[in-house]
Amino acid sequence: MIAVAMSGGVDSSTAAVLLKEQGYDIVGLSMQLWNQRRRLPGEESASEEQELKRSGRCCSIDDIWDARRVAAHLDIPYYVLNLEDEFEKTVVSPFVKSYLAGETPSPCILCNNYVKFHHLVERAAQIGADTVATGHYARVRYDETRGRWLLLRGKDGRKDQSYFLFGLTQEQLSKTVFPLGELSKPEVREIARGAGLPTFDKPESQEICFVQSRSYGDFVEQYAGIGHDKSGSIVNTQGDVVGEHSGIHRYTVGQRKGIGAAGKPQYVMQIEPQLNQIVIGEDARLHRKRFALRDANWIAIEDIAEMDGPLRCDVQIRNRFEPRPAAVWMENGEVLVEFDAPQRAITPGQAAVFYWDDVVVGGGWIKS
Amino acid sequence: MRRVYLDSNATTPVRPEVVAAMMSVLTEHFGNPSSIHWFGQHAKSMIDDARQHVARLINAEVSEIVFTSGGTEADNFAIRGIAESQKAKGRHIITSKIEHHAVLHTCQDLEKQGYEVTWIPVSRDGVVDASSVRRALRPDTILITIMHANNEIGTVQPIEEIGRIAEEADVYFHSDGVQSTGKIQVDVRKLKVDLYSISSHKIHGPKGAGALFVRKGTILKPLLTGGGHERNRRSGTENVAGIIGFGQAAKMARESLTSDMARVAELRDLLETALKSRIEFIQVNGENAPRLPNTTNIMVDYAEGEGLVISLDLKGVAVSTGSACSSGSMEPSHVLTAIGKTPDEAHGSLRLSLSALTTREDVEYVIEVLPGIVERLRDLSPYYKKV
Ligand SMILES: Cc1ncc(COP(=O)(O)O)c(C=O)c1O
Repeated sequence: MIAVAMSGGVDSSTAAVLLKEQGYDIVGLSMQLWNQRRRLPGEESASEEQELKRSGRCCSIDDIWDARRVAAHLDIPYYVLNLEDEFEKTVVSPFVKSYLAGETPSPCILCNNYVKFHHLVERAAQIGADTVATGHYARVRYDETRGRWLLLRGKDGRKDQSYFLFGLTQEQLSKTVFPLGELSKPEVREIARGAGLPTFDKPESQEICFVQSRSYGDFVEQYAGIGHDKSGSIVNTQGDVVGEHSGIHRYTVGQRKGIGAAGKPQYVMQIEPQLNQIVIGEDARLHRKRFALRDANWIAIEDIAEMDGPLRCDVQIRNRFEPRPAAVWMENGEVLVEFDAPQRAITPGQAAVFYWDDVVVGGGWIKS
Repeated sequence: MRRVYLDSNATTPVRPEVVAAMMSVLTEHFGNPSSIHWFGQHAKSMIDDARQHVARLINAEVSEIVFTSGGTEADNFAIRGIAESQKAKGRHIITSKIEHHAVLHTCQDLEKQGYEVTWIPVSRDGVVDASSVRRALRPDTILITIMHANNEIGTVQPIEEIGRIAEEADVYFHSDGVQSTGKIQVDVRKLKVDLYSISSHKIHGPKGAGALFVRKGTILKPLLTGGGHERNRRSGTENVAGIIGFGQAAKMARESLTSDMARVAELRDLLETALKSRIEFIQVNGENAPRLPNTTNIMVDYAEGEGLVISLDLKGVAVSTGSACSSGSMEPSHVLTAIGKTPDEAHGSLRLSLSALTTREDVEYVIEVLPGIVERLRDLSPYYKKV
């Protein structure tokens, strides 16, 4: 039996349609990840009226209603699993810590690594489903010669989501199917329409699900219960104080921040949590070649430490980014990456994913 | 796929005779019972018949039955109605820690409004000690509300004893009888309750109908005001079809209660004995207490209730678990917590509840499939090491 992770969106719904058409025995699973009614420590204590307003709100972030409708339409068994504790521990809390440490986190990747492909897979196994399918645009293939499971970009390069999946282990890949891997988004919508899915024209959500209508900065403050007053200095590259910031978690490396003395636009170059300080400078100084990686995961190769000589590959350092050639090697127990040419705004907390054409070699988190 | 329904404490299948009775209302007897004309009178007299059936089921007078939209409304009506009507006398309420949410959340809401609530604990077997109710009494106590039978573990509370205590103290006594009615003999006179809640869909009637027994002379503020229906106790044009179905279900429950429940108890015991012999590390919650004949609540160590329920459902068997994701979050049931279970234990609990329509084949099918499911879950559990 295959468990399909259903979010209520067109993609995962269509994944279910395709598997069902192919004659698989499937079960739809949605994850209850976050309670919208929950009050965060830093939110003002609510009046009764606010409490009542809150109680009209849905408690789920994923559109579980839509997923349920789709499952009913397809006449497949469907269940909602509660993974709130797991989600909070492995996604929300690290997200907030990462911002407070001056990084720019990628919660969707954490959610994939820990919630979908770990906890959900575990729960699926408990109910007798040994394989999990999702609506990601990516492909999995077993490579006989290497004796390894490979992760490849989705065939539709514009929709490809392999970047978000670099953390999958061999074990996880062996139990995963991506039914949309060979399709483009318009093809998927067409299949959804053809199958009469109630959600075929539903727009995609771009927001980080648990943050919802708040700003990230507000969310971080409310979750951590730290209040607004986290201001500190903005300094230039000479160390002169040139302004005040409203909390380092509200900034991202590369973001534009005012105009310098010479009339040139200034950008956030570095976030220094220990000093509660932000360094700004000109665009030209944002470009670097080299960075260090933490928590690397290898897919197409066994381990970087086993390689003789540096690994040559193309490296993608954020979601919308054209991969650029680089060398990757181990030095003093640390994975180092060096682009052939300097790149703008290499941002701590973001993922760096290594490719050989469409094949994901591995990836990790940008440390510094 | 074979479908076996063992979740009768959640709701029960509607009996065909109930459906037939309701159909006549939906198709022919559509009149408004308040109308003067033939159509109205006919509907009115059908409701009167239904009221008689419901009254007889619990040994009440017909004039003491107020139809409501179900058990939840009956509970709210009883508790809020007394709280309002007696607030000049006092603002103290006594209840237990294992009430249904309809009572629990209503009492919590009253706490927010300035009432004081004493939450009586239960024994590890899930039974309220009547003497602790006596000790909780205060001069300003206006209401005792203790359920008759618990919906999760099926334990039956000493209502008669508490009834005597309430009578002596001259305090109003409400009991939520949603689970007990139709499963054990209920005599509101013997129980000495002033208020007693019943729900139609737990006794093979339709959903959205229920009743509150209101002893003659009880002063109760209505929840719903309007046209003064139900002797001014509950306004709103009656849910005629629902009430007629409820009446038919009550009639049938009374006629066959003794024989049905003897058979149900036998099947439940068969189920419990077989599961205990085929699955190691299971316990029956409330096993040593007086229990409903239809309910068994088992705790399966080293297995998640959610995984058990889903796996069983995929095999066609409908049951429920003690950690309801009712409000969206995975909270261990307050009932299992009250009988001293840890959250982990509560998450591994399974409630199987039978009804008069459950067959021996149904039970045998569950005995056949459950052990394999438990084994799979345990094989995947890092905590389970076979001894
Ligand atoms: C003990 C108890 N009280 C009250 C109710 C609520 O009844 P209803 O569903 O008719 O509102 C239930 C039903 O789950 C119950 O088991």
